[in-house]
Amino acid sequence: MANDISNRNLSPLSLHVPEPKFRPGDAVDYSDVEIQKAGDQARPDVSTKPAAMRDLAYDLIRVLDDDHKAVGPWDPKLDDDTLLKMLKTMAQLRAFDDRLHRQQRQGKTSFYMKSTGEEATSVAAAMALDAEDMCFPSYRQQGILFVRGYPMVDMVNQIFSNKADKLKGRQLPIMYSSTRLNFFTVSGNLTTQYPQAVGWAMASASKGDNRIAAVWCGEGSTAEGDFHAALTFAAVYNAPVIMNIVNNQWAISSFSGFAGAERTTFAARGVGYGIAALRVDGNDPLAVYAATQWAAERARTNQGPTVIEHFTYRADAHSTSDDPTAYRSAQEREEWPLGDPIMRLKRHLITRGVWSVEQQEALDVECVEAVKVAVKEAAKNGILGHGLHQPFETMFQDVFEEMPWHLREQADQADKERDIKWPS
Amino acid sequence: MAVMNMIEAINSGLDNMMERDDNVVIMGEDVGYFGGVFRATAGLQEKYGKTRCFDSPISECGIIGAAVGMGAYGLRPVPEIQFADYIYPGMDQLISEAARLRYRSAGEFIAPLTVRSPFGGGIFGGQTHSQSPEAMFTHVSGLKTVIPSTPYDAKGLLIAAIEDNDPVLFFEPKRIYNGPFTGYYDKPVEPWSKFDAAQVPEDYYRIELGKANIVREGDEVTVLAYGTMVHVARAVVEEHGINAEVIDLRTLVPLDIETIEASVKKTGRCLIVHEATRTSGFGAELSALVQERCFYHLEAPIERVTGFDTPYPHSLEWAYFPGPVRIGEALEKIVGELKS
Repeated sequence: MANDISNRNLSPLSLHVPEPKFRPGDAVDYSDVEIQKAGDQARPDVSTKPAAMRDLAYDLIRVLDDDHKAVGPWDPKLDDDTLLKMLKTMAQLRAFDDRLHRQQRQGKTSFYMKSTGEEATSVAAAMALDAEDMCFPSYRQQGILFVRGYPMVDMVNQIFSNKADKLKGRQLPIMYSSTRLNFFTVSGNLTTQYPQAVGWAMASASKGDNRIAAVWCGEGSTAEGDFHAALTFAAVYNAPVIMNIVNNQWAISSFSGFAGAERTTFAARGVGYGIAALRVDGNDPLAVYAATQWAAERARTNQGPTVIEHFTYRADAHSTSDDPTAYRSAQEREEWPLGDPIMRLKRHLITRGVWSVEQQEALDVECVEAVKVAVKEAAKNGILGHGLHQPFETMFQDVFEEMPWHLREQADQADKERDIKWPS
Repeated sequence: MAVMNMIEAINSGLDNMMERDDNVVIMGEDVGYFGGVFRATAGLQEKYGKTRCFDSPISECGIIGAAVGMGAYGLRPVPEIQFADYIYPGMDQLISEAARLRYRSAGEFIAPLTVRSPFGGGIFGGQTHSQSPEAMFTHVSGLKTVIPSTPYDAKGLLIAAIEDNDPVLFFEPKRIYNGPFTGYYDKPVEPWSKFDAAQVPEDYYRIELGKANIVREGDEVTVLAYGTMVHVARAVVEEHGINAEVIDLRTLVPLDIETIEASVKKTGRCLIVHEATRTSGFGAELSALVQERCFYHLEAPIERVTGFDTPYPHSLEWAYFPGPVRIGEALEKIVGELKS
């Protein structure tokens, strides 16, 4: 019988479970990671049809070359002041991350997430947007707030969940929100912000506005259904949105292979939807800026969405609750072939003759001091776990615009418990 | 005043709101040119244009997620989920996002959306076009759940829901879109036009959320119901000659506890009827609330009449449906001692 499988002499099926190349203790060899030559990538006109620029989803847009010079058609040709601002913002962000990470270790808050090594993907991208453009960040884009001038002390207040926390102590540290700075409230659930950003962009387009939306997620969470729903909606309605995928190689302990990286690039996700897609050296701040600028102009001129994959490396742990030495080789960070975004921009500015090693050292000290001042100032408003920082009744506020009877009853109960738990 | 069935009343409410507020937009599967599989959005695209009422990809998480983003922009979206049974892919956007935006951003961002969705059985829709998932939403802090039972209420409640600055689930009992239902599947449907509740003003009006409606006054037993089951319960009560007070809850969250409490304290008896499955259904919440607040007034155990804890069967739909037999039995049990 032809349909009898047992008679066909087939070798048994086997299940493929991806495995990263290097585990703790392994020597790291990145020679098979294809690093394209800086300046070699063509820069299509912003009105190019997605089908005519598919190669850019598999290439790697790079501007800074091995001699620290900006080269090729993607060079955004930024002036010295802009580049210095970019460098200073990234340096400030890194100093902030380091210090606040230590604050968590000292027990002043519950949680922290650094963006070390990925600073360019939020800072350079945000600098290429208008301040009025709406950002829908994931949890590692605090760089946007630095670009847009959110005071560090307010960030620390949120991290400490203290009485000056604008979010009333309701959110996990770093899940910021700012309507004033067009920074959407960070969820913590993954990629839910993707269809929201597309909806925001659709609304902007339907109102004849000129503002666009930008959204970020990690490569790991491109596996979420929301990601694919968002790309479908963005394509269907030609939404003015920039969809950033920060490919930092690791989603907690799962390497990018668990999101499909063994088969194709993440930028290639755009190709299947007919969306313009760029794959960028995420540790090259000028390339990130240039790609964002290209996508922003495209969106703002009603030519639709762009997917940008930022190829980078998560240089530190996923969060303070994570220990990467348990699952990946420590050498990965040292050997990462695309270097470090701050170092690369610093060297570029030194090569340009507008910056020096001494100035960088002074800047680093200045950044650390600025964070220290912010932390000290914020700590005056309290730290997590030391006292009740929020007015008690705020627990029941903002569930609804108006408090219904069942919440009023529960608020009364909480109030009664308060007198017993924390007698005044 | 015009005579409208429930679909026409909903359409009229949407029309009024789109006319009054440019920020009201409708999207969903088949809602645009075609006007919706139940015709609730018929004519609205033609009247208000393609950017105000449009078709969407078949993606409930995309529909609700995009609506959350539109709300953040300043629009007032009224997405349609074609059947409540299809809403589950959008659950994360409803539960983790829409319901919590106001809270997590301390009021910086809100989600003023109204998700319309036909629900409930009795139309031979099988297990994927018949479910009553309302309790899943009443369990989520930050969501309001509204269920009308007449054309007049549907319009007034829908307008109030759209104007509400919090996310509202608006479940439409599709069995009674065209006429109320007494629970006898083998009797012809009487059209809404024969009933007073089909007299619907063409102009704007609203019915406040959180207010129940006493549809029949009585003193022997309080019957709590919503949607289709309001009509079924009322018919059974009358058939059995029981002087029951039938309360149409209209809004499950926020619940009109005062009306319920006053009624049960008066009657001393309480029957809860819903079509949804029994275990952890909204009836369990109602039963607990009545027990907590009216225990010393109760003269009989609280009874629940519900759907069975099975998927909604296709061919055995009328064996599943909590109709006159199941309700009648519970009513007799609860008032039995009164009669003897």
